[in-house]
Amino acid sequence: MGDHHHGPAAGITRWLFTTNHKDIGTMYLWFSFAMFLLGGFFAMVIRAELFQPGMQLVEPAFFNQMTTLHGLVMVFGAIMPSFVGLANWLIPMMIGAPDMALPRMNNWSFWILPPAFLMLASTLFMEGGAPAFGWTFYAPLSTTYAPPSVTFFIFAIHILGVSSIMGSINIIATVMNMRAPGMTYMKMPLFVWTWLITAFLLVAVMPVLAGAVTMMLMDIHFGTSFFSAAGGGDPVLFQHIFWFFGHPEVYIIILPAFGVVSQIIPAFSRKPLFGYASMVYATASIAFLSFIVWAHHMYTVGMPVAGELFFMYATMLIAVPTGVKVFNWITTMWRGSLSFETPMLFCIGFLILFTLGGFTGLMLSIAPADFQYHDTYFVVAHFHYVMVAGAVFSMTAAVYYWLPKWCGRMYNEAMGKTHFWISFIGFNITFFPQHFVGLAGMPRRIPDYALQFADFNMMSSIGAFIYGASQLLFLYNVIAAIVAGKPVSDERVWDGAEGLEWTLPTPAPYHTFEEPPQVPKPAGTI
Amino acid sequence: MRRLFSAAALTLLAPLAAAQNQINMSPGVTEIGADIFELHMLIMWICVIIGVAVFAVMFYSIYAHRKSKGHQASQFHESTKVEVAWTVVPFLILIAMAVPATSTLLEVYDNDEAELDVLITGYQWKWRYEYLEASGEPVAFFSNLATPQEEIYNTEQKGENYLLEVDEPLVIPTNTKVRFLITANDVIHSWWVPEIAVKRDAIPGFINEAWTRVPEEGIYRGQCTELCGAYHGFMPVVVHAVSRDEFDAWMAAKRGAAVAQTALAMQTLPADELMDQGKAVYDSACLACHGAQGEGGIGNAIAGSSLVLGDLSEHMAVVAKGVSGTAMQAFGGQLNDVEMAAVLTYQRNAFGNNTGDIVQPGDVTGMKQG
Amino acid sequence: MGSLRLSRVPAIDTALKLVAVAVAMFAFVFVVMVPLYNVLCDALGINGKTASQAYTAVSTSIDESRQVTVQFVAINNDDMPWSFSTEARRMRVHPGAANGVVFRAMNPTDAEMVAQAIPSISPSRAAAYFHKTECFCFDQQALAGRAGVDMPLQFIVDQDLPKDIHTITLSYTLFDVTDTVTDGLAVR
Repeated sequence: MGDHHHGPAAGITRWLFTTNHKDIGTMYLWFSFAMFLLGGFFAMVIRAELFQPGMQLVEPAFFNQMTTLHGLVMVFGAIMPSFVGLANWLIPMMIGAPDMALPRMNNWSFWILPPAFLMLASTLFMEGGAPAFGWTFYAPLSTTYAPPSVTFFIFAIHILGVSSIMGSINIIATVMNMRAPGMTYMKMPLFVWTWLITAFLLVAVMPVLAGAVTMMLMDIHFGTSFFSAAGGGDPVLFQHIFWFFGHPEVYIIILPAFGVVSQIIPAFSRKPLFGYASMVYATASIAFLSFIVWAHHMYTVGMPVAGELFFMYATMLIAVPTGVKVFNWITTMWRGSLSFETPMLFCIGFLILFTLGGFTGLMLSIAPADFQYHDTYFVVAHFHYVMVAGAVFSMTAAVYYWLPKWCGRMYNEAMGKTHFWISFIGFNITFFPQHFVGLAGMPRRIPDYALQFADFNMMSSIGAFIYGASQLLFLYNVIAAIVAGKPVSDERVWDGAEGLEWTLPTPAPYHTFEEPPQVPKPAGTI
Repeated sequence: MRRLFSAAALTLLAPLAAAQNQINMSPGVTEIGADIFELHMLIMWICVIIGVAVFAVMFYSIYAHRKSKGHQASQFHESTKVEVAWTVVPFLILIAMAVPATSTLLEVYDNDEAELDVLITGYQWKWRYEYLEASGEPVAFFSNLATPQEEIYNTEQKGENYLLEVDEPLVIPTNTKVRFLITANDVIHSWWVPEIAVKRDAIPGFINEAWTRVPEEGIYRGQCTELCGAYHGFMPVVVHAVSRDEFDAWMAAKRGAAVAQTALAMQTLPADELMDQGKAVYDSACLACHGAQGEGGIGNAIAGSSLVLGDLSEHMAVVAKGVSGTAMQAFGGQLNDVEMAAVLTYQRNAFGNNTGDIVQPGDVTGMKQG
Repeated sequence: MGSLRLSRVPAIDTALKLVAVAVAMFAFVFVVMVPLYNVLCDALGINGKTASQAYTAVSTSIDESRQVTVQFVAINNDDMPWSFSTEARRMRVHPGAANGVVFRAMNPTDAEMVAQAIPSISPSRAAAYFHKTECFCFDQQALAGRAGVDMPLQFIVDQDLPKDIHTITLSYTLFDVTDTVTDGLAVR
């Protein structure tokens, strides 16, 4: 790491060639926000078409391209890179390290993302259109019956996978090898723990996704029959392989969000996190369990009853460690000294709405009941509650919480609260009615629907427009803060904040902890 | 505006299980549907009770432990007793849930000893039903969406069963254990009728089983529930449950109609009959891709098409065998000789094509046999 | 992470070990997941797939005390124009007894075509107890244009078939495998 630190280079080459974790974190965050707006635009097209029964705006085939790209962009372009951006910014500062373990690989991890998404977005303009087989791309719809753009889709997925794997290797190597002296594993902030565990999950399952799409490529172009009955293969094999990746993937999405909430709630409760050790063990058990539940996405596929029962029991079990975490967060608040700045509001919103999503998840785990829920809007409601009101709210809280440390300026608190309330209300108007139409019999991934679903769909679309608009307010709040926010110079921006990053100057200098810090023994925390 | 108001009002008023704006699952008409509904309600109420309790604690804390009211923070951060309690108690609640869940699942899987077997095949984008009987002329037919394109594209008022109506429903007798053998012709589909609580994926090359016993006569509507391509939302399922006598009569009529179609195929049919039937076939099987005026869309235009205006056997070959690598399916297996003759006649004479060609069923049979 | 060091730089050592894990997980899909899926399906007979080779074990005796209904279903896959059917749509058989049935296929086109019949059994757990001593599904079937063929199936239902199974449905789906290497994509 030499001694030619003159501060950042100038111009575009700074960003192209940077190996600085703060710069790379910033790029990930802005990129993911752009992807969030792109994925959100696709969602607006979907909800606009679903505003009323009948086909008004788009053709059914294009609608399927919108649902597919919405899912792919949100999962792989918005949510995952945003948390990687947080990891980049925060992990070195939280463990007292000067940077990530492998800074040049870090640069590559980011820079392969924009071309991958450019390739994915460009499929919209290709012959046959963009992928239209859902973000879960089941065979043979995604192999024998796929448009020519499927090959570019497969390449894009490979590139995204490589980026995730490289990023995760970096995180594990950093956390395992670069903690400041005195920072034992059980003294690490929970955000670092959740990312460490998430990174192991990523290294284990992203290659499985790569295997699945490679097998698709081989079936499409090289005459194999992994997923085709004609050649002795089985379309259901695809589902097993995909969901072996896909279930751990949803925990990959939520565990860092758990970590964020575990940092912010104690800060605004002015009280240590309750049950630090069990939070670590609960996170680890969720990660282990996530490997043995995948077929709960496949209850209607014709599995033997013993298999269904096993997956049902294993899935129900995940409620236990997840519940432990929710109880721990609430107990952290209990008898604290609570204040409700914007980050805390988003965390409380997370607590309520993620828990609601967890309850519908428990309902979905019950296999016989799932025969009536599967592939309906009840499932769509469930996963938006846990992914949007869960992961996205947590990410939003994180941005408001750490932005002052990153740029030395405070966002406008009234505008932040406004963003929260519009988001919270808009989100619920969008997704709560989807439970109803799902239970009433509306399938998912359809561009038009029977008349009895009309009123709730209209309501849901109105909510979506409100929620979407509020994200523009978020963008405004962030830019306004960076450009013209009130300067902050306290190291401990928030009076209840704990952790090494809050011992650094505000804004954090380009290079920090070039000498390892003393790890404090804060009273009452482990 | 009126709809906006009613939509807003619905957030405040929670209607019961009326068909419009239904908010809950329906128990349906079968015993297993009722069991699934009970299970669903049980789990939901347990979640509601736990949720209310947990959120009550949180909201109380938000109120009572505010810094702005001067509350000072305690510093406790662990309690083994409490943590064990809230690990063990949820675990026990889960075991309690697993018991009825297991017994209901075993019921779902009890496919044996059925009295009637029906083979259900998912196609892009329609269902095919075949009654598997030990002998006799097989009764098999396609079930296509019957909602007109004008309703979908908003030039006509939508009917009551918009998107949930078909030309040929599946008819089954009440109080009879019916076994469904479910497969698919092309991609994965899924057959679902909420009110009889049957959903099973249709996998090409594999067969899945499901069963039902419907005690009540009625019409039950469902949809395809696995993304299967562009028109996934346009392949509904309609089941008519009728009395045993009515079913027997219907089956006899169907068998007779199959025999009659075979007889019809020997005859020379008048042009207007061919055009009428041809239009009916066109509207149900061709229109969605080729347009109501033959103008094309996903499919090529029929109006002025050199293929349609040209050699008849080439025209029929395309209709029968489809075009590999495109969305044009092979309709040879889906249309009998009369229907094929009729739709060829219609295409060759409608939309300004006016070839004057009349294709008889015998011509079709002849072309098939070479 | 073990006592084998891949680099003196600790971070690189960790990174290289994780790369090995990633590569191993990729290989795991092809080398473990696919064969494991097939082995488990064959061994437990759980996805309704029957054996792809002839059953050769000697049948010891016939269970006269019960009969099982075997139902036959003939299905054409997408774009497969052959007529494909069986006269005997169902049979009552004793477990342990050898039985036979004939399927008829006819190629109505002018060109030679090759088909593959793929069997599927329902209930799937019966697959392990359904033995085919001779089946047209073991091989691909070529038919010249306008030609037809009688295709025999010889089978034995195992005496150990669980007592609660009274009906077994055997379906064959006929696939067109004339162009065995799929070059283009059938766009829908």
